[in-house]
Amino acid sequence: MLLIPCPWCGSRDEAEFHYGGQAHVPYPEDPASLDDTQWARYLFFRANPKGPLAERWCHTDGCRRWFNAVRNTATHDILAVYKPGEPRPVIA
Amino acid sequence: MSPRTPGADLPEHPDFLWRTPEPKRSYDVVIVGGGGHGLATAHYLAKNHGITNVAVLEKGWLAGGNMARNTTIIRSNYLWDESSGLYEHALKLWEGLEDDLGYPILFSQRGVLNLAHSLQDVRDSVRRVEANRLNGVDAEWLDPQQVKDVCPIVNVSQDVRYPVMGATYQPRAGIAKHDYVAWGLARSADAAGIDLIQNCEVTGIDVQGGRVVGVQTSRGRIAAGKVALCAAGHSSVLAGMAGFELPIQSHPLQALVSELLEPVHPTVVMSNAVHVYVSQAHKGELVMGAGIDSYNAYTQRGAFHIIERQMAAALELFPMFARAHVLRTWGGVVDVSPDASPVIGLTPVDGLYVNCGWGTGGFKATPGAGWVYAHTIAHDEPHPLNAPFSLDRFTTGALVDEHGAAAVAH
Repeated sequence: MLLIPCPWCGSRDEAEFHYGGQAHVPYPEDPASLDDTQWARYLFFRANPKGPLAERWCHTDGCRRWFNAVRNTATHDILAVYKPGEPRPVIA
Repeated sequence: MSPRTPGADLPEHPDFLWRTPEPKRSYDVVIVGGGGHGLATAHYLAKNHGITNVAVLEKGWLAGGNMARNTTIIRSNYLWDESSGLYEHALKLWEGLEDDLGYPILFSQRGVLNLAHSLQDVRDSVRRVEANRLNGVDAEWLDPQQVKDVCPIVNVSQDVRYPVMGATYQPRAGIAKHDYVAWGLARSADAAGIDLIQNCEVTGIDVQGGRVVGVQTSRGRIAAGKVALCAAGHSSVLAGMAGFELPIQSHPLQALVSELLEPVHPTVVMSNAVHVYVSQAHKGELVMGAGIDSYNAYTQRGAFHIIERQMAAALELFPMFARAHVLRTWGGVVDVSPDASPVIGLTPVDGLYVNCGWGTGGFKATPGAGWVYAHTIAHDEPHPLNAPFSLDRFTTGALVDEHGAAAVAH
């Protein structure tokens, strides 16, 4: 069970949150110009590191706001949380 | 008289079923991952193709990953032609596997019920029954009373939140003893001269001029003519070593068992809507599982609220389990693909093959996956049964979408 620090509400139980997958995946600026390979990458390929992953969470049962977290997928350590629109923090 | 040393009266350790060889400097084929699929691939490389200069590299102990952590359900009642071809081929191999291996695997064809709880469930299920029959897969649609006849302990009362409105039934489905399957496959591969090398973690994949030439391991470099990835939840990590990416997300999948109980549950019951699957092991434990934890992780553990949810589902379907106790829960790392179908085939690197993306459903395919993967490796092209499951289907758009259509969502 994760204890997730919502940037607005503070630490809450994982059961209050909804997972949103990899963060910082923008919709293509000019979708019509993409070829099949580029579309496939946008639709189906997401980072899957064994280690830090920048990802989206929504505090569904709390403030109902989205935010980003950097979490280590090998240890469950949450290394940073930050608000939408902010850049991914550099973690030493 | 002085007391006996604890353990002094234990029997001798039985003979090992396979050797513990030192890795050679090079092999024709290196299989990365000594789980069920890796061992089955080794078995069929030797049996079907006469290829025995093979090493299976396992970073832990043989069959200690998902092969030791699954709920042992075997069935082939998938919706699409491509899937039923692959899974039905596997089921036919299961039916002869004990004789093939000369080793008991406790394969028990006790049938599987996939329950329907809504009108949409009913429509989808009836459609799947008809599709299965057209593909030569045994399938029946049962009404609630017939469900009760097959499995008397299922609650078919209409006075519950999600009443059972019927079920698909595949009588040839069942369970097998997962450890015995792995041991039988390992014993067979070893007897053919294949080296099973445990505690040997692959740390790098050597590629020269677009062709694989070997692997770096925790026990030194091993040259290889061909390398076959077979590492389930860690497939993305290995692909990264070879410089390409897979459309795979790794998630924890949990399961649990009760304490040993008298035989009460004669079949396998799965419910997609209430979301739990339950069978009873030969030894007597109720074996249960459900869906993945939502987030990506490589930790082989998940959160307890997932367990609580599937227990609630189990009690809805089987009120008599209310007094049973959870004895043990655990997790594995499963490799989830975008269309809930596996990826078995060639990669952008010559001589490097991939078998992954089985998500929550890889055990049932063990012999079938090994069969077609061995063919792919031996001929450097897919077997007709796994050709639809290529990596490039995500670019062409020819997906094999089995989300929910085949019972429990992957």
